[in-house]
Amino acid sequence: MSTHGVALASGAHGFLSPTGVEVAFLLVGLVTLGAAVLTVTTRQLVHAALWLVVALGGLAVEYLLLTAEFVAWVQVLIYVGSVVVLLLFGLMLTKAPIGRSPDADSGNRPVAIAVAGAAAVALVWVVVDAFRRTWIDLRGPVQGSTEVSGEMLFRYWVLPFEALSVLLLAALVGAIVLSRRGKENEAEEPRRKEEAR
Amino acid sequence: MHLIYPAILAALLFCTGLYGVLARRNAILVLMSVELMLNAVNLNLVAFDVWLRDELHAGQALTLFTIAIAAAEIGIGLAIVLLVHRNRGTADLDRLRDLREDETTDGTTGATDREQKAEAAS
Repeated sequence: MSTHGVALASGAHGFLSPTGVEVAFLLVGLVTLGAAVLTVTTRQLVHAALWLVVALGGLAVEYLLLTAEFVAWVQVLIYVGSVVVLLLFGLMLTKAPIGRSPDADSGNRPVAIAVAGAAAVALVWVVVDAFRRTWIDLRGPVQGSTEVSGEMLFRYWVLPFEALSVLLLAALVGAIVLSRRGKENEAEEPRRKEEAR
Repeated sequence: MHLIYPAILAALLFCTGLYGVLARRNAILVLMSVELMLNAVNLNLVAFDVWLRDELHAGQALTLFTIAIAAAEIGIGLAIVLLVHRNRGTADLDRLRDLREDETTDGTTGATDREQKAEAAS
């Protein structure tokens, strides 16, 4: 049934006649990709975090275009809302320089370009070769609304969901344990520093 | 919608993140690049879930789990980076070289070290 459906779908779509959704997806994708490239290449550390906001927001719009509404809003809430704020806090707490820093890239930049370029060529080649004649059918009922997501999450995926909450608790406790000083260390540390001098 | 649009976008985003992980010097910028790679995987999961019209919506469930795990990872990672910065005074990955092999000697000590480790392991 599936091969028949795919054949029908490929007959109904033209390769070079993009629909409105495709055009929107392409434009937002270009913005997202440009913001991602700026994130990894800019020399101003705080600007990298702000470009990351653009990239993650663009991805949220892509999720909306793919009719995954709930995932899109979770993306906005968690990534744009909290992860980027955490990253900015981290940048400020490690006293990252404001303005251009000349040593933002390490010495192995050519190797990184080579590896990333080779990976990009290989992945794009394989993906294009595999999914040249595949179309997503976006018509019909919305597949990622809150109702659908809640039903699948709490009907089929309850056990992983609960395990996830345990994992989040473990991460919370771990972060607290890592970031507070031990009491015995606190008393010894100044003495150790003076000895080191 | 053609499936290769999200697939190619995800592949290129992943490679951008890969470049960032390899080329960046600041540990927090490396964490940002890891986030980009995780987001590329999320886009793939959502696109294939919508394409396959999965009854269980495994792709979207996995996307939600990946987002939660990425949030946990960024919390722990930033705590570690802050600890390193507090102890060493730097968050530069190039300067954290305590575990490197000693390159100043002519290599014989490294070989003997390795032999000793092999003996200790056996």
